[in-house]
Amino acid sequence: MAEFLTLKSAVATYVHDGDVVALEGFTHLIPFAAGHEIIRQRRRDLTLVRLTPDLICDQLIGAGCARKLVFSWGGNPGVGSLHRFRDAVEHDWPHALELDEHTHAGLANRFVAGASGLPFAVLRAYAGTDVAAHNSSIASVTCPFSGEVLAAVAALNPDVTIIHAQQADRAGNVRLWGITGVQKESVLAATRSIVTVEEIVDDFRDDRNAVVLPSWIVTAIAHVPGGCYPSYAADYSERDNDYYEAWDDLSRDRQVFEDWLEHQMYDQGRAL
Amino acid sequence: MSVFSADEIMTIAASRELAGARSCFVGIGLPSVAANLARSLHAPGLVLVYESGTIGAKPTRLPLSIGDGELARTADVVISVPEIFNYWLQPGRIDVGMLGAAQIDRFANLNTTVIGSYDRPKVRLPGAGGAPEIASACPRAIIVMRQSKKTFVDKLDFRTTVGFGDGAGARSRLGMPGAGPRVLISDLGIFRPDPKTFEMTLTALHPGATVTDIRDATGWDLAVSGDLVETLAPSDEELEHLRRLHTNSMAKATD
Repeated sequence: MAEFLTLKSAVATYVHDGDVVALEGFTHLIPFAAGHEIIRQRRRDLTLVRLTPDLICDQLIGAGCARKLVFSWGGNPGVGSLHRFRDAVEHDWPHALELDEHTHAGLANRFVAGASGLPFAVLRAYAGTDVAAHNSSIASVTCPFSGEVLAAVAALNPDVTIIHAQQADRAGNVRLWGITGVQKESVLAATRSIVTVEEIVDDFRDDRNAVVLPSWIVTAIAHVPGGCYPSYAADYSERDNDYYEAWDDLSRDRQVFEDWLEHQMYDQGRAL
Repeated sequence: MSVFSADEIMTIAASRELAGARSCFVGIGLPSVAANLARSLHAPGLVLVYESGTIGAKPTRLPLSIGDGELARTADVVISVPEIFNYWLQPGRIDVGMLGAAQIDRFANLNTTVIGSYDRPKVRLPGAGGAPEIASACPRAIIVMRQSKKTFVDKLDFRTTVGFGDGAGARSRLGMPGAGPRVLISDLGIFRPDPKTFEMTLTALHPGATVTDIRDATGWDLAVSGDLVETLAPSDEELEHLRRLHTNSMAKATD
Protein backbone atom coordinates (compact mmCIF):
# COMPACT_ATOMS: atom_id res chain seq x y z
CA MET A 1 0.00 0.00 0.00
CA ALA A 2 1.15 3.52 -0.70
CA GLU A 3 2.50 5.31 2.35
CA PHE A 4 1.57 8.92 3.05
CA LEU A 5 4.72 10.98 3.61
CA THR A 6 5.76 14.60 3.54
CA LEU A 7 7.35 15.54 0.22
CA LYS A 8 10.65 16.13 2.02
CA SER A 9 10.61 12.68 3.51
CA ALA A 10 9.43 11.00 0.28
CA VAL A 11 12.34 12.51 -1.69
CA ALA A 12 14.83 11.81 1.11
CA THR A 13 13.74 8.15 1.26
CA TYR A 14 13.14 7.29 -2.37
CA VAL A 15 15.38 9.49 -4.56
CA HIS A 16 19.08 8.68 -4.34
CA ASP A 17 22.21 10.07 -5.96
CA GLY A 18 22.80 8.32 -9.29
CA ASP A 19 19.16 7.24 -9.75
CA VAL A 20 17.23 7.23 -13.00
CA VAL A 21 14.40 9.62 -12.15
CA ALA A 22 11.38 10.17 -14.42
CA LEU A 23 9.34 13.31 -13.71
CA GLU A 24 6.30 13.07 -15.95
CA GLY A 25 3.33 15.24 -16.88
CA PHE A 26 2.82 16.49 -20.46
CA THR A 27 2.64 20.29 -20.02
CA HIS A 28 -0.17 19.54 -17.53
CA LEU A 29 0.46 18.23 -13.96
CA ILE A 30 4.24 18.72 -13.98
CA PRO A 31 5.68 17.74 -10.56
CA PHE A 32 7.51 21.02 -9.90
CA ALA A 33 7.38 20.89 -6.09
CA ALA A 34 9.03 17.46 -6.09
CA GLY A 35 11.69 18.69 -8.55
CA HIS A 36 12.40 21.65 -6.27
CA GLU A 37 12.71 19.32 -3.29
CA ILE A 38 15.32 17.30 -5.24
CA ILE A 39 17.22 20.56 -5.85
CA ARG A 40 17.00 21.46 -2.14
CA GLN A 41 18.25 18.05 -1.10
CA ARG A 42 21.14 18.50 -3.56
CA ARG A 43 20.86 15.15 -5.30
CA ARG A 44 23.65 14.53 -7.81
CA ASP A 45 24.42 12.38 -10.89
CA LEU A 46 20.76 11.80 -11.68
CA THR A 47 19.57 10.55 -15.05
CA LEU A 48 16.48 12.68 -15.61
CA VAL A 49 13.73 11.36 -17.86
CA ARG A 50 10.97 13.54 -19.32
CA LEU A 51 9.40 13.69 -22.80
CA THR A 52 9.37 17.48 -22.50
CA PRO A 53 12.06 18.56 -20.00
CA ASP A 54 10.23 21.89 -19.53
CA LEU A 55 11.30 24.34 -16.83
CA ILE A 56 11.59 21.67 -14.16
CA CYS A 57 14.49 19.87 -15.88
CA ASP A 58 16.03 23.22 -16.83
CA GLN A 59 16.10 24.07 -13.12
CA LEU A 60 17.47 20.66 -12.08
CA ILE A 61 20.15 20.77 -14.81
CA GLY A 62 21.21 24.31 -13.87
CA ALA A 63 21.36 23.28 -10.20
CA GLY A 64 23.84 20.52 -11.10
CA CYS A 65 21.58 17.57 -10.21
CA ALA A 66 21.73 15.82 -13.60
CA ARG A 67 24.43 13.76 -15.31
CA LYS A 68 22.19 12.68 -18.18
CA LEU A 69 18.90 13.68 -19.78
CA VAL A 70 16.54 11.29 -21.56
CA PHE A 71 14.04 13.38 -23.53
CA SER A 72 12.21 14.04 -26.79
CA TRP A 73 11.49 17.81 -26.98
CA GLY A 74 13.52 20.29 -24.93
CA GLY A 75 11.99 23.75 -25.30
CA ASN A 76 10.13 26.26 -23.13
CA PRO A 77 6.59 25.57 -24.43
CA GLY A 78 5.10 28.61 -26.11
CA VAL A 79 8.15 30.74 -25.20
CA GLY A 80 11.40 29.46 -26.74
CA SER A 81 14.62 27.91 -25.45
CA LEU A 82 15.52 26.22 -22.20
CA HIS A 83 18.63 28.24 -21.42
CA ARG A 84 20.07 26.10 -18.62
CA PHE A 85 19.69 22.99 -20.79
CA ARG A 86 21.33 24.82 -23.69
CA ASP A 87 24.18 26.10 -21.50
CA ALA A 88 24.85 22.55 -20.29
CA VAL A 89 24.87 21.10 -23.83
CA GLU A 90 26.64 24.01 -25.52
CA HIS A 91 29.16 24.92 -22.77
CA ASP A 92 29.18 22.11 -20.17
CA TRP A 93 27.83 24.47 -17.48
CA PRO A 94 27.63 23.64 -14.64
CA HIS A 95 29.03 20.39 -16.05
CA ALA A 96 28.63 18.15 -19.10
CA LEU A 97 25.21 16.66 -19.78
CA GLU A 98 24.89 13.35 -21.61
CA LEU A 99 21.85 13.15 -23.93
CA ASP A 100 19.65 10.16 -24.74
CA GLU A 101 17.38 11.76 -27.28
CA HIS A 102 14.23 10.40 -28.90
CA THR A 103 11.03 11.35 -30.66
CA HIS A 104 7.89 11.56 -28.51
CA ALA A 105 6.62 8.30 -29.99
CA GLY A 106 9.96 6.60 -29.34
CA LEU A 107 10.28 7.67 -25.72
CA ALA A 108 6.60 7.02 -24.97
CA ASN A 109 7.08 3.49 -26.30
CA ARG A 110 10.17 2.97 -24.13
CA PHE A 111 7.86 3.56 -21.15
CA VAL A 112 5.23 1.23 -22.66
CA ALA A 113 7.83 -1.55 -22.95
CA GLY A 114 9.01 -0.86 -19.41
CA ALA A 115 5.47 -0.97 -18.07
CA SER A 116 4.78 -4.18 -20.04
CA GLY A 117 7.79 -6.06 -18.69
CA LEU A 118 9.19 -6.39 -22.21
CA PRO A 119 12.80 -5.66 -23.24
CA PHE A 120 11.85 -3.36 -26.11
CA ALA A 121 8.97 -1.82 -28.03
CA VAL A 122 8.33 -1.78 -31.77
CA LEU A 123 7.18 1.21 -33.77
CA ARG A 124 7.40 2.65 -37.28
CA ALA A 125 9.85 5.48 -36.69
CA TYR A 126 13.37 6.89 -36.98
CA ALA A 127 14.08 5.53 -40.50
CA GLY A 128 16.39 7.87 -42.41
CA THR A 129 16.85 10.33 -39.52
CA ASP A 130 20.05 11.31 -37.69
CA VAL A 131 18.28 10.78 -34.35
CA ALA A 132 18.90 7.01 -34.38
CA ALA A 133 22.55 7.46 -35.38
CA HIS A 134 23.25 9.29 -32.11
CA ASN A 135 21.40 6.95 -29.77
CA SER A 136 22.25 3.42 -28.63
CA SER A 137 18.73 2.77 -27.29
CA ILE A 138 17.31 2.84 -30.84
CA ALA A 139 17.79 -0.13 -33.18
CA SER A 140 15.84 -1.92 -35.90
CA VAL A 141 14.00 -5.22 -35.88
CA THR A 142 12.52 -7.31 -38.69
CA CYS A 143 8.89 -8.35 -38.36
CA PRO A 144 8.82 -12.19 -38.26
CA PHE A 145 5.47 -12.21 -40.04
CA SER A 146 5.75 -9.61 -42.81
CA GLY A 147 9.49 -8.99 -43.07
CA GLU A 148 9.00 -5.24 -42.58
CA VAL A 149 11.95 -3.53 -40.91
CA LEU A 150 10.74 -1.48 -37.93
CA ALA A 151 12.31 0.56 -35.17
CA ALA A 152 12.99 -1.03 -31.80
CA VAL A 153 13.49 1.07 -28.69
CA ALA A 154 14.90 -0.28 -25.44
CA ALA A 155 12.56 -0.54 -22.46
CA LEU A 156 12.96 2.19 -19.88
CA ASN A 157 12.57 1.26 -16.22
CA PRO A 158 13.29 4.24 -13.97
CA ASP A 159 14.46 3.72 -10.40
CA VAL A 160 11.76 6.17 -9.42
CA THR A 161 8.97 7.96 -11.27
CA ILE A 162 7.48 11.12 -9.81
CA ILE A 163 4.14 12.53 -10.96
CA HIS A 164 1.55 15.05 -9.73
CA ALA A 165 -2.15 14.11 -9.68
CA GLN A 166 -5.41 15.80 -8.78
CA GLN A 167 -6.53 13.36 -6.08
CA ALA A 168 -5.68 10.47 -3.82
CA ASP A 169 -8.22 8.77 -1.58
CA ARG A 170 -7.46 7.83 2.01
CA ALA A 171 -6.49 4.31 0.96
CA GLY A 172 -3.82 5.76 -1.36
CA ASN A 173 -5.48 5.20 -4.73
CA VAL A 174 -4.55 7.94 -7.20
CA ARG A 175 -6.69 9.68 -9.84
CA LEU A 176 -5.64 12.10 -12.52
CA TRP A 177 -7.53 13.41 -15.50
CA GLY A 178 -7.33 15.86 -18.40
CA ILE A 179 -4.12 15.53 -20.40
CA THR A 180 -2.63 12.35 -18.94
CA GLY A 181 0.60 12.10 -20.97
CA VAL A 182 2.68 9.03 -20.09
CA GLN A 183 2.05 9.12 -16.36
CA LYS A 184 0.45 5.70 -16.07
CA GLU A 185 3.14 4.00 -18.15
CA SER A 186 6.01 5.80 -16.40
CA VAL A 187 4.73 4.79 -12.94
CA LEU A 188 4.13 1.18 -13.98
CA ALA A 189 7.62 1.04 -15.55
CA ALA A 190 9.38 2.27 -12.40
CA THR A 191 10.75 0.40 -9.39
CA ARG A 192 9.39 3.08 -7.03
CA SER A 193 6.94 5.95 -7.45
CA ILE A 194 6.11 9.17 -5.67
CA VAL A 195 2.83 10.94 -6.35
CA THR A 196 2.13 14.46 -5.12
CA VAL A 197 -1.57 15.34 -5.06
CA GLU A 198 -3.73 18.44 -5.01
CA GLU A 199 -6.26 16.94 -2.65
CA ILE A 200 -6.90 13.90 -0.46
CA VAL A 201 -10.54 12.83 -0.61
CA ASP A 202 -12.61 10.31 1.34
CA ASP A 203 -13.55 8.46 -1.81
CA PHE A 204 -13.76 8.97 -5.57
CA ARG A 205 -17.39 9.79 -6.29
CA ASP A 206 -17.74 10.62 -9.94
CA ASP A 207 -17.43 8.09 -12.68
CA ARG A 208 -15.27 9.89 -15.23
CA ASN A 209 -12.83 7.64 -16.96
CA ALA A 210 -9.82 9.05 -15.18
CA VAL A 211 -6.48 7.28 -14.86
CA VAL A 212 -6.43 5.33 -11.63
CA LEU A 213 -3.26 4.03 -10.07
CA PRO A 214 -4.25 1.59 -7.33
CA SER A 215 -2.70 2.13 -3.93
CA TRP A 216 -0.64 -1.06 -4.06
CA ILE A 217 1.25 0.07 -7.17
CA VAL A 218 2.26 3.46 -5.71
CA THR A 219 5.15 3.76 -3.25
CA ALA A 220 4.53 7.12 -1.60
CA ILE A 221 1.94 9.91 -1.71
CA ALA A 222 2.53 13.45 -0.51
CA HIS A 223 -0.24 16.02 -0.14
CA VAL A 224 1.13 19.08 -1.98
CA PRO A 225 -1.61 21.47 -3.14
CA GLY A 226 -0.23 23.57 -6.00
CA GLY A 227 2.62 21.07 -6.39
CA CYS A 228 2.54 21.43 -10.18
CA TYR A 229 2.82 25.25 -10.18
CA PRO A 230 3.64 27.01 -12.57
CA SER A 231 2.09 24.28 -14.78
CA TYR A 232 -1.53 23.47 -14.02
CA ALA A 233 -3.92 20.87 -12.68
CA ALA A 234 -7.20 20.68 -14.63
CA ASP A 235 -10.16 21.68 -12.42
CA TYR A 236 -7.76 23.02 -9.74
CA SER A 237 -5.48 25.65 -11.29
CA GLU A 238 -4.44 27.51 -14.45
CA ARG A 239 -0.95 27.56 -15.99
CA ASP A 240 1.02 30.65 -14.94
CA ASN A 241 2.21 31.72 -18.39
CA ASP A 242 3.95 34.77 -16.92
CA TYR A 243 6.27 32.47 -14.96
CA TYR A 244 7.19 30.63 -18.17
CA GLU A 245 7.95 33.96 -19.85
CA ALA A 246 9.83 35.31 -16.84
CA TRP A 247 11.95 32.14 -16.78
CA ASP A 248 13.22 33.00 -20.26
CA ASP A 249 14.93 36.11 -18.86
CA LEU A 250 15.84 34.71 -15.48
CA SER A 251 17.49 31.57 -16.81
CA ARG A 252 19.46 33.30 -19.59
CA ASP A 253 22.16 34.61 -17.25
CA ARG A 254 24.18 32.27 -15.02
CA GLN A 255 24.50 34.78 -12.18
CA VAL A 256 20.78 35.62 -12.16
CA PHE A 257 20.01 31.91 -12.19
CA GLU A 258 22.41 31.26 -9.30
CA ASP A 259 20.77 34.03 -7.29
CA TRP A 260 17.41 32.39 -7.96
CA LEU A 261 18.83 29.05 -6.85
CA GLU A 262 20.25 30.52 -3.66
CA HIS A 263 17.25 32.57 -2.60
CA GLN A 264 14.26 30.77 -4.09
CA MET A 265 15.45 27.18 -3.73
CA TYR A 266 18.07 26.77 -1.01
CA ASP A 267 16.53 29.41 1.24
CA GLN A 268 13.33 27.34 1.03
CA GLY A 269 11.40 30.24 -0.49
CA ARG A 270 8.63 30.04 -3.03
CA ALA A 271 9.86 29.95 -6.62
CA LEU A 272 9.89 33.36 -8.35
CA MET B 1 -7.18 45.29 -51.19
CA SER B 2 -6.04 45.45 -47.57
CA VAL B 3 -2.45 45.80 -46.49
CA PHE B 4 -1.06 42.56 -45.07
CA SER B 5 2.25 41.31 -43.67
CA ALA B 6 4.47 38.51 -45.02
CA ASP B 7 3.58 36.39 -41.98
CA GLU B 8 -0.12 36.94 -42.64
CA ILE B 9 -0.05 35.74 -46.23
CA MET B 10 2.10 32.76 -45.19
CA THR B 11 -0.41 31.73 -42.53
CA ILE B 12 -3.41 32.33 -44.78
CA ALA B 13 -1.87 30.41 -47.69
CA ALA B 14 -1.12 27.52 -45.32
CA SER B 15 -4.68 27.52 -43.98
CA ARG B 16 -6.08 27.30 -47.53
CA GLU B 17 -4.18 24.03 -48.02
CA LEU B 18 -6.39 22.44 -45.34
CA ALA B 19 -9.62 22.97 -47.30
CA GLY B 20 -11.23 19.55 -47.69
CA ALA B 21 -9.11 17.85 -45.04
CA ARG B 22 -10.94 15.92 -42.31
CA SER B 23 -8.22 16.00 -39.67
CA CYS B 24 -4.89 17.71 -39.02
CA PHE B 25 -2.08 16.80 -36.63
CA VAL B 26 -0.90 20.23 -35.53
CA GLY B 27 2.55 21.40 -34.43
CA ILE B 28 2.75 24.46 -32.18
CA GLY B 29 3.61 27.94 -33.46
CA LEU B 30 2.91 28.92 -37.09
CA PRO B 31 1.23 25.55 -37.92
CA SER B 32 -1.18 25.96 -35.02
CA VAL B 33 -2.19 29.45 -36.14
CA ALA B 34 -2.78 28.23 -39.71
CA ALA B 35 -4.77 25.18 -38.59
CA ASN B 36 -6.95 27.24 -36.27
CA LEU B 37 -7.54 29.76 -39.03
CA ALA B 38 -8.54 26.93 -41.38
CA ARG B 39 -11.05 25.63 -38.83
CA SER B 40 -12.59 29.08 -38.52
CA LEU B 41 -12.76 29.65 -42.30
CA HIS B 42 -11.70 27.17 -45.00
CA ALA B 43 -12.37 23.87 -43.21
CA PRO B 44 -15.04 24.41 -40.56
CA GLY B 45 -15.36 20.74 -39.62
CA LEU B 46 -11.60 20.19 -39.40
CA VAL B 47 -10.61 17.89 -36.53
CA LEU B 48 -7.55 19.39 -34.82
CA VAL B 49 -5.28 16.81 -33.20
CA TYR B 50 -2.45 17.80 -30.86
CA GLU B 51 0.26 15.46 -29.59
CA SER B 52 -0.86 16.03 -26.00
CA GLY B 53 -3.66 13.56 -26.86
CA THR B 54 -6.40 16.10 -27.53
CA ILE B 55 -8.53 15.04 -30.50
CA GLY B 56 -11.10 17.44 -31.96
CA ALA B 57 -9.92 20.46 -29.98
CA LYS B 58 -11.96 23.62 -30.67
CA PRO B 59 -9.96 26.37 -29.00
CA THR B 60 -11.54 29.84 -28.92
CA ARG B 61 -8.07 31.39 -28.63
CA LEU B 62 -4.68 30.27 -29.94
CA PRO B 63 -3.20 27.63 -27.62
CA LEU B 64 0.05 28.68 -25.94
CA SER B 65 1.42 25.15 -25.98
CA ILE B 66 0.40 21.73 -27.30
CA GLY B 67 -0.75 20.90 -23.77
CA ASP B 68 -2.82 24.04 -23.21
CA GLY B 69 -5.81 23.39 -20.95
CA GLU B 70 -8.06 25.03 -23.55
CA LEU B 71 -7.32 22.13 -25.94
CA ALA B 72 -8.35 19.51 -23.38
CA ARG B 73 -11.48 21.43 -22.31
CA THR B 74 -12.74 21.75 -25.89
CA ALA B 75 -11.66 18.33 -27.26
CA ASP B 76 -13.99 15.51 -28.32
CA VAL B 77 -11.71 13.08 -26.52
CA VAL B 78 -8.46 13.27 -24.55
CA ILE B 79 -6.15 10.26 -24.60
CA SER B 80 -2.65 9.37 -23.42
CA VAL B 81 0.55 10.12 -25.34
CA PRO B 82 1.31 6.45 -26.21
CA GLU B 83 -2.24 6.16 -27.52
CA ILE B 84 -2.14 9.28 -29.71
CA PHE B 85 1.05 8.10 -31.41
CA ASN B 86 0.40 4.34 -31.54
CA TYR B 87 -3.33 4.11 -32.24
CA TRP B 88 -4.04 7.37 -34.08
CA LEU B 89 -0.96 8.77 -35.82
CA GLN B 90 0.96 5.59 -36.72
CA PRO B 91 -1.88 3.87 -38.66
CA GLY B 92 -2.38 7.02 -40.78
CA ARG B 93 -5.75 8.02 -39.32
CA ILE B 94 -4.90 11.74 -39.36
CA ASP B 95 -5.14 13.16 -42.92
CA VAL B 96 -2.61 15.95 -42.75
CA GLY B 97 0.37 16.82 -40.58
CA MET B 98 1.32 20.47 -40.34
CA LEU B 99 4.89 21.24 -39.27
CA GLY B 100 7.44 23.99 -38.90
CA ALA B 101 11.24 23.71 -38.60
CA ALA B 102 14.48 25.63 -38.08
CA GLN B 103 16.07 24.34 -41.30
CA ILE B 104 14.79 22.68 -44.46
CA ASP B 105 16.67 21.27 -47.46
CA ARG B 106 15.69 20.87 -51.14
CA PHE B 107 14.04 17.50 -50.43
CA ALA B 108 11.99 18.96 -47.55
CA ASN B 109 13.96 17.15 -44.86
CA LEU B 110 13.81 19.12 -41.60
CA ASN B 111 16.18 20.02 -38.78
CA THR B 112 14.87 20.98 -35.34
CA THR B 113 17.79 19.53 -33.33
CA VAL B 114 21.05 21.52 -33.57
CA ILE B 115 22.83 24.28 -35.46
CA GLY B 116 26.46 23.14 -35.73
CA SER B 117 27.66 19.69 -34.71
CA TYR B 118 25.57 17.36 -32.58
CA ASP B 119 28.24 16.84 -29.92
CA ARG B 120 29.18 20.51 -29.59
CA PRO B 121 26.34 22.52 -31.11
CA LYS B 122 26.47 26.24 -31.69
CA VAL B 123 22.76 26.34 -30.93
CA ARG B 124 20.94 23.51 -29.24
CA LEU B 125 17.33 23.44 -30.52
CA PRO B 126 14.43 21.60 -28.81
CA GLY B 127 14.71 18.37 -30.85
CA ALA B 128 12.30 16.01 -32.56
CA GLY B 129 9.07 16.04 -30.56
CA GLY B 130 6.39 14.45 -32.71
CA ALA B 131 7.61 15.74 -36.09
CA PRO B 132 9.40 12.66 -37.53
CA GLU B 133 6.41 10.36 -37.10
CA ILE B 134 3.93 13.04 -38.21
CA ALA B 135 5.88 13.51 -41.46
CA SER B 136 6.17 9.76 -41.92
CA ALA B 137 2.67 8.55 -41.08
CA CYS B 138 0.21 11.24 -42.15
CA PRO B 139 -1.08 10.70 -45.72
CA ARG B 140 0.31 14.15 -46.50
CA ALA B 141 2.28 16.88 -44.74
CA ILE B 142 2.29 20.68 -45.01
CA ILE B 143 5.36 22.63 -43.94
CA VAL B 144 5.15 26.29 -42.99
CA MET B 145 8.25 28.31 -42.10
CA ARG B 146 9.89 31.70 -42.64
CA GLN B 147 12.45 31.71 -45.42
CA SER B 148 16.06 32.90 -45.47
CA LYS B 149 19.47 31.49 -46.42
CA LYS B 150 19.78 30.38 -42.78
CA THR B 151 16.54 28.35 -42.87
CA PHE B 152 16.48 27.12 -46.50
CA VAL B 153 19.87 25.40 -46.55
CA ASP B 154 21.89 23.31 -48.99
CA LYS B 155 22.80 20.83 -46.26
CA LEU B 156 21.05 20.33 -42.93
CA ASP B 157 23.20 20.36 -39.81
CA PHE B 158 21.08 17.43 -38.57
CA ARG B 159 18.29 15.47 -40.21
CA THR B 160 15.58 15.29 -37.55
CA THR B 161 12.65 14.59 -39.86
CA VAL B 162 12.58 12.97 -43.29
CA GLY B 163 10.64 14.67 -46.06
CA PHE B 164 11.79 13.04 -49.30
CA GLY B 165 15.18 11.82 -48.03
CA ASP B 166 17.64 11.90 -50.92
CA GLY B 167 14.90 12.16 -53.55
CA ALA B 168 12.81 9.81 -55.69
CA GLY B 169 12.01 6.46 -54.08
CA ALA B 170 13.50 7.31 -50.69
CA ARG B 171 10.23 7.26 -48.76
CA SER B 172 9.23 3.82 -49.93
CA ARG B 173 12.76 2.46 -49.30
CA LEU B 174 12.47 3.79 -45.74
CA GLY B 175 9.03 2.21 -45.27
CA MET B 176 7.16 5.49 -44.87
CA PRO B 177 3.44 5.09 -45.48
CA GLY B 178 2.45 8.73 -46.08
CA ALA B 179 3.05 10.75 -49.26
CA GLY B 180 5.27 13.28 -47.46
CA PRO B 181 5.41 17.09 -47.69
CA ARG B 182 3.12 17.94 -50.60
CA VAL B 183 3.55 21.67 -50.05
CA LEU B 184 5.94 24.08 -48.35
CA ILE B 185 4.71 27.59 -47.61
CA SER B 186 7.11 30.38 -46.68
CA ASP B 187 6.65 34.10 -46.17
CA LEU B 188 7.80 34.58 -49.81
CA GLY B 189 6.19 31.82 -51.82
CA ILE B 190 4.84 28.30 -52.21
CA PHE B 191 6.87 25.21 -53.16
CA ARG B 192 5.72 21.75 -54.23
CA PRO B 193 7.73 18.58 -54.91
CA ASP B 194 8.66 17.94 -58.52
CA PRO B 195 6.77 14.77 -59.53
CA LYS B 196 9.97 13.09 -60.82
CA THR B 197 12.83 14.40 -58.67
CA PHE B 198 10.85 15.25 -55.51
CA GLU B 199 12.88 18.43 -55.18
CA MET B 200 10.84 21.30 -53.71
CA THR B 201 10.08 23.59 -56.64
CA LEU B 202 8.83 27.16 -56.54
CA THR B 203 5.25 27.14 -57.84
CA ALA B 204 3.81 30.44 -56.54
CA LEU B 205 5.08 33.86 -55.57
CA HIS B 206 3.36 35.78 -52.82
CA PRO B 207 2.25 39.24 -54.02
CA GLY B 208 5.26 41.55 -54.13
CA ALA B 209 7.90 38.78 -54.05
CA THR B 210 10.13 38.10 -57.07
CA VAL B 211 11.99 34.99 -58.19
CA THR B 212 15.22 36.88 -57.49
CA ASP B 213 14.12 37.63 -53.89
CA ILE B 214 13.34 33.98 -53.39
CA ARG B 215 16.58 32.72 -54.96
CA ASP B 216 18.46 35.11 -52.68
CA ALA B 217 16.72 33.59 -49.68
CA THR B 218 17.41 29.98 -50.71
CA GLY B 219 20.63 28.11 -49.93
CA TRP B 220 20.43 25.77 -52.93
CA ASP B 221 20.07 26.25 -56.68
CA LEU B 222 16.30 26.61 -56.68
CA ALA B 223 14.11 24.92 -59.29
CA VAL B 224 11.29 27.15 -60.54
CA SER B 225 8.09 25.77 -62.07
CA GLY B 226 7.26 26.61 -65.69
CA ASP B 227 3.72 27.36 -64.51
CA LEU B 228 4.66 29.88 -61.85
CA VAL B 229 1.62 31.74 -60.51
CA GLU B 230 0.97 34.49 -57.97
CA THR B 231 -0.56 33.54 -54.63
CA LEU B 232 -4.05 34.95 -54.31
CA ALA B 233 -3.86 37.98 -52.01
CA PRO B 234 -5.60 37.53 -48.64
CA SER B 235 -9.27 38.47 -48.71
CA ASP B 236 -10.66 40.91 -46.15
CA GLU B 237 -12.49 38.00 -44.57
CA GLU B 238 -9.29 35.95 -44.24
CA LEU B 239 -7.42 38.84 -42.68
CA GLU B 240 -10.29 39.60 -40.33
CA HIS B 241 -10.45 36.00 -39.10
CA LEU B 242 -6.68 35.76 -38.64
CA ARG B 243 -6.48 39.06 -36.76
CA ARG B 244 -9.42 38.10 -34.58
CA LEU B 245 -7.61 34.87 -33.60
CA HIS B 246 -4.59 36.88 -32.51
CA THR B 247 -6.67 39.53 -30.71
CA ASN B 248 -8.70 36.91 -28.83
CA SER B 249 -5.50 35.23 -27.75
CA MET B 250 -3.96 38.40 -26.43
CA ALA B 251 -7.14 39.40 -24.64
CA LYS B 252 -7.53 36.00 -22.98
CA ALA B 253 -3.87 35.71 -22.13
CA THR B 254 -4.09 38.89 -20.06
CA ASP B 255 -7.31 37.89 -18.27
